Amino acid sequence: MTIPASWYLILAALLFGIGAFGVLTRRSALIMFMCIELMLNAVNVTFVTFARSMSDIGGQTIVFFVMVVAAAEVTVGLGIVVAVFRRRASTSVDELSELQG
Amino acid sequence: MLAVAYAFPDVLVFACAALLILVGAIGVIAMKNPVHSALSLIMCLLGVALTFLAQRADFLAAAEIIVYAGAIVVLFLFVIMFLGVDKTQHPHVEPLVGQRWLAGVGVTVTVAGLITLMANSHWVSGVLSVSTGGTALAGGAGNITQLGDSVFTTYLLAFEATAGLLIIAVVGAVLLARRERPLDLDLDLDDEVEGEPSPAPDDDHGTMTPGDLVTDAATPREVSS
Repeated sequence: MTIPASWYLILAALLFGIGAFGVLTRRSALIMFMCIELMLNAVNVTFVTFARSMSDIGGQTIVFFVMVVAAAEVTVGLGIVVAVFRRRASTSVDELSELQG
Repeated sequence: MLAVAYAFPDVLVFACAALLILVGAIGVIAMKNPVHSALSLIMCLLGVALTFLAQRADFLAAAEIIVYAGAIVVLFLFVIMFLGVDKTQHPHVEPLVGQRWLAGVGVTVTVAGLITLMANSHWVSGVLSVSTGGTALAGGAGNITQLGDSVFTTYLLAFEATAGLLIIAVVGAVLLARRERPLDLDLDLDDEVEGEPSPAPDDDHGTMTPGDLVTDAATPREVSS
């Protein structure tokens, strides 16, 4: 008997929790982007697990699109980080407080 | 106890994947050095690829390694090296009081809620063969064919939109990361020349007028003729 889907789902939930905790606590923009990648991968694991348990290829197709969107997001995000670093010489998100009123 | 109910290789694969994922993920948020975080991220992504492989998503496992570990993490490392490794995290500066504890409590509540929700829901613990109307999952190479069919027929519009998204992302990244205002560069050069008459290569450039280029280009012609 194969591994039940709930094991993978619990693993994905834990991975999502770790990623969310990292986004909430770390202050470096680069680390926050890595934690966003962790959360996206948790969702990917969930999709693949449901694709297997429900026997539907649609879940795997969505994972394909999530990967593309993640690549685009990282590209633009790191471009923003580089542009901010040129002005501020720092990647800490706490110092980006110019927009507060 | 659990290992008796399921086949041992499956349990071993799952345990390895879980170990890679959890240790890697904790490494990402716990490491002080961003380079170490990126390497932990690779470890976590390898674990994710292993879960894909164990669940008959072969193409996605390969794409995960190529796209994430091969491209995205390399991009992270490139930016980290480009900006210089700053270990100057200020762990004691908390803009919100008790943010760390609140984050821990919130994440714990969320994950526990998710797990209890999954333990009670019918689509996890109950009947698995829910007829969704989609195409059923094949194994092995048929899976890749199926994925290609699905991408290029059912999700064709989304696929084309993806192409547009990638173009926009590339143009946006170039625009954002470009060094802007070449006017400032000229001013800086002038300041340096005025400040100290250092060995500026400007003199060489000054003698290298377009006339030189023309004569240089003209002499070989004369020799050859």
